[in-house]
Amino acid sequence: MAEHPTHRGRIRPAPENFLSEADIAAVKEGRRDFLRKALITASAAVAAPGLARAAEGDPNILTLPPWTTSLGQAVAAHPYGLPSQYEKGLQRRESPGLTRMPQVSVAFTPLQGLFGIITPSGLHFERHHQGWSDIDPSRHRLMVHGTDEGFVKQPKVYTMDDILRLPPVSRMHFIECGANTGMEWGNVAVPTVQYSHGMLSCSEFTGVPLRLLLEDCGVDWKKAKYVLAEGADGSSMTRTIPIELVQSDEVLVAYGQNGEMLRPENGYPLRLVVPGVQGVSWVKWLRRIEVGDQPWATKDEAIHYIDLMPDGRHRQYTSTQECKSVITTPSGGQLLLDKGFYNISGLAWSGRGKIKRVDVSTDGGVNWRPARIEGPVLSKCLTRFNIDWAWDGKPAVLQSRAVDETGYVQPAYGQLRAVRGTKSIYHNNAIQSWKVVESGEVSNVQVL
Amino acid sequence: MSRFSKATLAAALAIGLAGGVTGALADGKYSGVGRAATPAEIHAWDIDVRPDFKGLRPGRGSVAQGEEVWEAKCASCHGSFGESNEVHTPLIGGTTKDDIKTGRVASLAKGDAPQRTAIMKVATVSTLFDYINRAMPLTAPKSLSNDEVYGLVAYLLNQAEVVPADFTLSDKNIAEAQARMPNRNGMNTDHGMWPGASAARDGIGNGGKPDVKNTACMSHCKTEVKIASLLPVYAEAAHGNIAEQNRPVGPVRGKDTSGKAAAPAAAAPLSENAAATKLAADNGCMACHGTANKIVGPGYNEVAAKYKGQADAESKLVAKLKAGGQGVWGAIPMPAQTQLKDEDARRLVKWILSGAKAQ
Repeated sequence: MAEHPTHRGRIRPAPENFLSEADIAAVKEGRRDFLRKALITASAAVAAPGLARAAEGDPNILTLPPWTTSLGQAVAAHPYGLPSQYEKGLQRRESPGLTRMPQVSVAFTPLQGLFGIITPSGLHFERHHQGWSDIDPSRHRLMVHGTDEGFVKQPKVYTMDDILRLPPVSRMHFIECGANTGMEWGNVAVPTVQYSHGMLSCSEFTGVPLRLLLEDCGVDWKKAKYVLAEGADGSSMTRTIPIELVQSDEVLVAYGQNGEMLRPENGYPLRLVVPGVQGVSWVKWLRRIEVGDQPWATKDEAIHYIDLMPDGRHRQYTSTQECKSVITTPSGGQLLLDKGFYNISGLAWSGRGKIKRVDVSTDGGVNWRPARIEGPVLSKCLTRFNIDWAWDGKPAVLQSRAVDETGYVQPAYGQLRAVRGTKSIYHNNAIQSWKVVESGEVSNVQVL
Repeated sequence: MSRFSKATLAAALAIGLAGGVTGALADGKYSGVGRAATPAEIHAWDIDVRPDFKGLRPGRGSVAQGEEVWEAKCASCHGSFGESNEVHTPLIGGTTKDDIKTGRVASLAKGDAPQRTAIMKVATVSTLFDYINRAMPLTAPKSLSNDEVYGLVAYLLNQAEVVPADFTLSDKNIAEAQARMPNRNGMNTDHGMWPGASAARDGIGNGGKPDVKNTACMSHCKTEVKIASLLPVYAEAAHGNIAEQNRPVGPVRGKDTSGKAAAPAAAAPLSENAAATKLAADNGCMACHGTANKIVGPGYNEVAAKYKGQADAESKLVAKLKAGGQGVWGAIPMPAQTQLKDEDARRLVKWILSGAKAQ
């Protein structure tokens, strides 16, 4: 370990790659005695001090660690299991200054450290409009009725006992807030993928198709054009859902998420699942479905979740999440350890169906290579992509560009802004760029 | 077959059929699941109001009556005139008499408004009624009477100069208010992001046709890579230490944005005031309290002044911090800070009572 880092932020792996975080910190501080100390500590037990040991190998191998030489903990020490203590960096976080009150706010999913396509339930992003509650499921009710008589033959009330008796389906879908990446419409504003794209999660949801419940109430499909979904929280959040998505069997009244019940922050005991549509329509703590023939222009479709266009008008009832992708590793705020091989990994999704392909550029969009698509590839679900990359230590700009099964190609910032301007807040699906500099530091930039 | 008489078989079939028919007619396919909703239950929950005022319950409220409720229940967060930017984005402001005539808020196209107020955006007065009725006040939703909601909508519309000061809003004249909404013609549904039937088929939008097009060019796609925007320096430090937001192993590490990376190992310990300031910031206290100004909760200067000279102030406030409270400074409750260690709560309280100095 003769070489000391020459750039701040550059971390060179030590020989045998056995340096701990503390050792790396010591290197960065230029403490020349660090290695001797580390080795003395590590090899004290075998009473063979001195640098001579370094040639023999890694003390993590030569000196057996406590977990190899002792009795471990008992079963059910944690009746509900928890992540390793070393994983505590990957948590939901708020973006400071984004919202004014923690009950009316957002906590972002740490996409920078997740694998595959399923978001652990405890890391699913949160967005509440009037705080969350842990609802007593025995007191929760779902009411289904019509705006007038005639929309449904028999308005009904279902308990959770009722809902859980009905034949369920389980499906994997992404959920993305319409305002995801909203802070970045005009310029770069946040440092990491957690804050730029973390209002995105994906789960296996289990529940009853809403179509089944409407039919159980004797819906008149000819009269029904929309349904209103309403939550049981203080805001009693409401959104208009098109009847066609209900008829296609896609919309679920879900209680299950990744094999267990929904988490309270995600709508326990009941939430609507509206695949391909922005998260605000996935009404949490669902208590009421009203069948009608006109949209409702609720607060979250008349004051918020409307997209300001350059002509000064707002687009209303924009709901579909268009095709989008982002590289999660390496991504903003991260440091590459050294030159050499990397797996560039990211996520792609489309509210209009399946992902057909993802291309990756390392030169800011001049040249592209098709990425490997990892299965499963499901409709309106996250799709993981990977691609090999040998970093030569020179500056690079990493981008990903997704194409969905309709043939739609994810747009560049310049293309998106040319049509929609920079003030719409919602539905920013532009190609994300991560700049890599010689030190290995990765940062958020925008390329038109 | 011979063991059964024809009569027995016929009876068995009849029971089977009757059972099936009864099940299908009375309970549908899923017999025993769910029950009929009563009219009273539907009335209790079906409170939504559509743009055509379907669902609006009769009632009335004057601007003056609305103002009274506003001052008591709304002004602490939204300001006396709905204009406050302290707790939420402003509700009122940015519209003109001319906008009321045209139904289009001109500053939205010009882009010269500092921010968009609710009245600049909303096209439908039903939305205001519906939302106030179902969700306000934030800490006591659904506590307003029907007439109080009419009054509050009247008051807000008067603040926006949509209705005169002597106006009384009711179910009879709400359509007149709608006809004067400043941004009533400001919505556009001709887009490709409605996943249901298109406008041509009696629905919304263009049937899903995208407005932005890119092509999947693979090589030599452009001659120049122009970086249009970089991360502002303040934004990096504002999101905590990114090193602690990444895994300690793997191909990458998080960048140390704590500002301490280059500092000498033995940094001087924080002063008592600096330590308390950091505690307050780390625990989210500063989101609601200023050191010298009210935000959602009282300024720390106000707290110090209120408890000045009280011998038991410190223990009282420590208990309040841990348990939360409501009513001393207004209706918005302070959440219980159960995460605070006793010694940290005591340190914060001492700091607040001694003037909440930064250093």
